[in-house]
Amino acid sequence: MGLALLCLIWLITFASTYFFVAKTWWLPHGASALAHHIDGQFTLTFVLMGIIFVLAQCALGYLVWKYSDQGKPRTVSYSHGNTKLEVLWTTLTAILFIGLNLMGSNIWAAERFEPAKAGSVPVEVTGMQFAWYFRYPGNDGKYGATKPNLIDPSSGMESAIGLDTGDGASKDDIVTGTMYLPVGREVDLSLRAVDVIHSFFVPSFRFKQDAVPGLLIHMHFTPTEIGDYEIACAELCGMGHYKMHGMVKVVSQEDFDKWIAQREAEKQ
Amino acid sequence: MATTAPVHAHAAPQGFIRKYVFSLDHKVIGLQYYFLALTAVFVGMFLSLIMRIHLVWPGAELPLFGAIKPETYVSFLTMHGTIMVFFVLTTAPQGGFGNYFLPIQIGAPDMAFPVLNMLSFWTTFVGFVVLIAAFFVPGGAPLHGWTGYAPLSALPSAGPGEQLGADLWVTSIAIFCLASLMGALNFITTTLDLRAKGMTLMRMPLTVWSWLITAILGLLAFGVLLSAGILLLLDRNLGTSFYVPLVVVNGTVMGHKGGSPLLWQHLFWFFGHPEVYIAILPGMGVASQLLSTFSRKPIFGYKAMVYAMLAIGLLGFMVWGHHMFMSGMSPYSAFAFSVMTMSIGVPSAIKTFNWLGTLWGGRIRLQTPMLFAIGFVSLFVSGGLSGPFLAQPVLDIPLHDTYFVVGHFHLIMGVAAIFGIFGATYYWFPKMFGRMMNERLGQIHFFITLLGAYAVFMPMHYLGLAGQTRRYSEFTQLAYQQKLVPLQTFMTYAAVITIAVQLVFLFNLFWSMFKGPKASDNPWEATTLEWTTSTPPPHDNFGGHTPVVNHGPYEYNVPGAAKDFIMQNDPATAPAH
Repeated sequence: MGLALLCLIWLITFASTYFFVAKTWWLPHGASALAHHIDGQFTLTFVLMGIIFVLAQCALGYLVWKYSDQGKPRTVSYSHGNTKLEVLWTTLTAILFIGLNLMGSNIWAAERFEPAKAGSVPVEVTGMQFAWYFRYPGNDGKYGATKPNLIDPSSGMESAIGLDTGDGASKDDIVTGTMYLPVGREVDLSLRAVDVIHSFFVPSFRFKQDAVPGLLIHMHFTPTEIGDYEIACAELCGMGHYKMHGMVKVVSQEDFDKWIAQREAEKQ
Repeated sequence: MATTAPVHAHAAPQGFIRKYVFSLDHKVIGLQYYFLALTAVFVGMFLSLIMRIHLVWPGAELPLFGAIKPETYVSFLTMHGTIMVFFVLTTAPQGGFGNYFLPIQIGAPDMAFPVLNMLSFWTTFVGFVVLIAAFFVPGGAPLHGWTGYAPLSALPSAGPGEQLGADLWVTSIAIFCLASLMGALNFITTTLDLRAKGMTLMRMPLTVWSWLITAILGLLAFGVLLSAGILLLLDRNLGTSFYVPLVVVNGTVMGHKGGSPLLWQHLFWFFGHPEVYIAILPGMGVASQLLSTFSRKPIFGYKAMVYAMLAIGLLGFMVWGHHMFMSGMSPYSAFAFSVMTMSIGVPSAIKTFNWLGTLWGGRIRLQTPMLFAIGFVSLFVSGGLSGPFLAQPVLDIPLHDTYFVVGHFHLIMGVAAIFGIFGATYYWFPKMFGRMMNERLGQIHFFITLLGAYAVFMPMHYLGLAGQTRRYSEFTQLAYQQKLVPLQTFMTYAAVITIAVQLVFLFNLFWSMFKGPKASDNPWEATTLEWTTSTPPPHDNFGGHTPVVNHGPYEYNVPGAAKDFIMQNDPATAPAH
């Protein structure tokens, strides 16, 4: 029985670890400026926790097998513990866990403590059951007003977010269902939601932020590679949560300018 | 040292109703809690079976259910979480085993407030009935998840199930909070006031410590959830705006103004995080008890174990914000919550080291209760080590609300806690029912369940890394998620096998109750007071006398002793510790 238990625990341990180490399923390729920092912290945490995981499980399996009662008389050590050992492993785990935490803190600060730099691309994200809309303020650099009583999701785009077309600043606002971003430029994101909480999640950018009704949340990030990236909703928002998705198209600055100009022309 | 006061003694009841239905006997109430949780766990598990099948074969026609609609899936996951967290993980370890064995382990004839105890169970029962009723009202059960985030949970027009079903859900939770508050008061008073002569705090079995600390957490946490739930009911039905700002649902402007969705999250998680420890602490107590008993060794570092549990309880109230890193709360507060959360890893690690230290050099008897205790340690390590990932805000960015989180909390507060319940069941069954459970069936149950649980929940970590969002009713919409379906399919097969083997447990439980071999008073050669009385214990637990305690709870293989264990009430002439 002791041997069976050892085999089972070791099997589980090595099989679980194998798929992490082999990266059979892993974080998607990172395509934002912070992605490789986050991945670095992830790898560090993974290595440290992985070592503890393997050691602890192997020790458990070994001890159970080694000390299982085989019916032969044997002296059992009588001990109520060892204060020195307790102090030792308390100190070690405290240093490990809290040190690990502090190491990652500057990455967190980079994205959240400072506002977006001047010259970044402003985009507003609006979440609603069950769609994402993206708004660009146009040449005036100002978002036009939106009004709750103008919101009409069935008409889509401008009407869906309740854009007040009577407001001068809204004349050149562009509203789309697909997000376009120029590569290598910081994006100044404004997140809002009109009905319930949604969460704007782009796995490839290592980016996630809830969009909360009643709050206007500012975030910023920089896409670094041209390509198409899927957006998921990561906060349960109702029956259609699973189908609330979208796409970010990261394009060259040239193509981005062309796209904006084309959309502005369509509006006239 | 308090002595037992005669006011708590009550005559053995006559008649079926007083004896088995509205009983004041903590042992009967403990069994009532246990069987309520047993019913609840099979309902919750059945829901998860339907969910697992729907996830990988979304169009499949199921017998009785037909094709599952997306809203049905989300309502099932809401009910699965609510049933499991409240009516299984909170009910069985504390209400069930705590009720039955806390008074006996401290040498008391009953709980301090027997009537309150009865009331607490029946209130819990009503809460369960109200929750289940949500399935059968128009619109069905709510779809806002067990965390009930507002505004989704506060707006009847936000989806099917958010009408009467959601009202029943909130009401059920409020009722459950009331019941838990009554139970918590009773547990704390009983432990502090009714300990037998010689049962000092530092001679209490670690199970008693775990039930005491759990009760304190419950007393502080459930009051907050109760208030939060009442405010939610007001928002839903009386047009107040505690949690709801101005919102527009499907083109209609709602009448709310100025409320804060984050307020609900703060209140909910102020309860919700301690709740995690309410679920797992009794499991830690049971694991310690079993590892010591079946290793025939004193628990390694008894005092460190007690202090670690106290530290976990205390820190457990300071970490709730780690559920809200992505919520839009101040990014500065994330630092504080994150450091506190990482700190909680320290006492958890101490417990693991001490469990391994207990096994070291022992003479381990691998009977079924011990198998589950060893499984508990393995699961506690696996589920615990994903904590330091999620506790770092920067790693929470990719992992939050993905299957990584689902895997983490299922391993630790789901499966590990359930292994605590299984271990406790196999261990105390002889005392409760006077018969032994079948060892062979117990072994089959253990091996398949441990392997199966890992096969279901370990892959969730891989899925989460790959960005698989949780609470999706199907994976048909995003290209990167479609690639993950084969792994999901594997998990569904593993789940079906794991669920099937629970029927072996159910069979063993009921078959052994009537047909198992008769148990002696102390079949495991254990030391704590429940093993000093007859099997099953008499109405007043110790047959008219009160035990006097002379020893610590885990005196195994004491040098110079005649046997390899010294019972807590053995004469003091044996070496004292």
